[in-house]
Amino acid sequence: MLTPRSALIDLGRYVELMGRVLTRPDRWRMFYRQYVTEMFQLGYNSIGIVLIISFFIGAVICLQIKLNIQSPWMPRMVVGYTTREIMLLEFSSSIMCLILAGKVGSNIASELGTMRITQQIDALDIMGVNSANYLILPKVAGLITIMPILVTFSVASGVLGAYATSLMGTTTVPELNEGFRYSFNQWFFWCGIIKAIVYAFIITTVSSYKGYTVVGGSVEVGKASTDAVVTSSILVLFADIFLTQILT
Amino acid sequence: MISVQHLYKSFDGRTVLHDINARFDNGKVNLIIGQSGSGKTVFMNNLVGLLTPDSGTIMYDDRDFVSMSKREKILLRREMGMIFQSAALFDSMSVLDNVMFPLNMFSDKPYDDRRRRAEDCLARVNLSGTGGKFPKELSGGMQKRVAIARAIALEPRYLFCDEPNSGLDPKTSIVIDELIQGITHEDHITTIVNTHDMNSVMGIGENIIFICEGRAEWQGPNTEIMDADNQRLDDFIFASDILRQVKLAHDEARRG
Repeated sequence: MLTPRSALIDLGRYVELMGRVLTRPDRWRMFYRQYVTEMFQLGYNSIGIVLIISFFIGAVICLQIKLNIQSPWMPRMVVGYTTREIMLLEFSSSIMCLILAGKVGSNIASELGTMRITQQIDALDIMGVNSANYLILPKVAGLITIMPILVTFSVASGVLGAYATSLMGTTTVPELNEGFRYSFNQWFFWCGIIKAIVYAFIITTVSSYKGYTVVGGSVEVGKASTDAVVTSSILVLFADIFLTQILT
Repeated sequence: MISVQHLYKSFDGRTVLHDINARFDNGKVNLIIGQSGSGKTVFMNNLVGLLTPDSGTIMYDDRDFVSMSKREKILLRREMGMIFQSAALFDSMSVLDNVMFPLNMFSDKPYDDRRRRAEDCLARVNLSGTGGKFPKELSGGMQKRVAIARAIALEPRYLFCDEPNSGLDPKTSIVIDELIQGITHEDHITTIVNTHDMNSVMGIGENIIFICEGRAEWQGPNTEIMDADNQRLDDFIFASDILRQVKLAHDEARRG
């Protein structure tokens, strides 16, 4: 059960682990190799889910806006405008990262947890390798690097989803075009990128912490995987409040 | 040589290791034996630094491991090789990459030289041609041999083996024992094997430390184990009917 004491202990251990993670790699060539692998595994392998979910969410947002705020007093371009703002400011950064917290977070926690219980991490430590740095830093750097690309793909896919609704006759392409271009503030795109980078750090480090510190067997690995998703999702939402306040 | 003096370790107020004194000789296979729960693994984990003792000294050729700084410990660990009970191979890497891993991490030699060294190590454990396979494609015995190849890749001065025969059939266990003994003699390294396999005790136990309830009860070579005057050691070694018969035959032969 989560108590203030256990939360403080966890925080202390997390900070201690990060002290070991955020150091110079023992061997740069090994770091780069891992870095590229992690970018591929965590980022490239997530492109599909990001595109699919963003496409449908873009379409649904467009439909909901049209159905719920349609009025003779409301300009028709509001549908496109609102869809764009939701995609840029919240969905493509925060909600997409919540989805990635589930996919990437459980992946990281179960991988590191399994390495821990099968003594692979002990083997690294005994070789004199900084196992935390070798295993976790490439994941953090890899997801942070690929996250802006995922956000961009998500926005683009969401916009495409909104356009797709025109095929159903809900809106028209010219109306959407007008809305998408209306009062565009480029900073909002960068807000999404900055938020996503912070979330990428939260997801990778929290999930790595949960996996790296597993004690026990397969049941504990499963629990760590669940904890990683829950904790990183809560922290992403928590961070969203502050980042939104600071950035917009 | 590794020497241990007055080593104590406890968990939550329960003392697991009591005043352990031991000496592990260079160029010999040193065995730590004892029943399950006797403290063997805790002892070995203290030796390699996975645990920190409450008090006592662990000397690696006159270098005190316990009082070393973190950096010095990391450097000393690069002189160690370890074979885990579960082999602990990196399952995302091929066999060759597993063996090359310590070389990639710590050697400045060119890639071709590192690869050649890894292939030599695989050949030494009779696994030439398996470099492209992944650990899950190998049998338990083969995985242990890959673990040995990985452990010796950086030419360690100290080799630690935690129950290397666990889960293996007797014939494969003998192969692993002979490999460990051969490497120890040829490379003149200090090898410490944590085991409760009696075949290993009788086969390769050149220096044996018997641990019972966290205390070092007896130390000596396997040639003296038959005549050891220690009831707890006798109860442990000669627990099976076959070995008890061997012991009785030995005692009768000695009495003449």
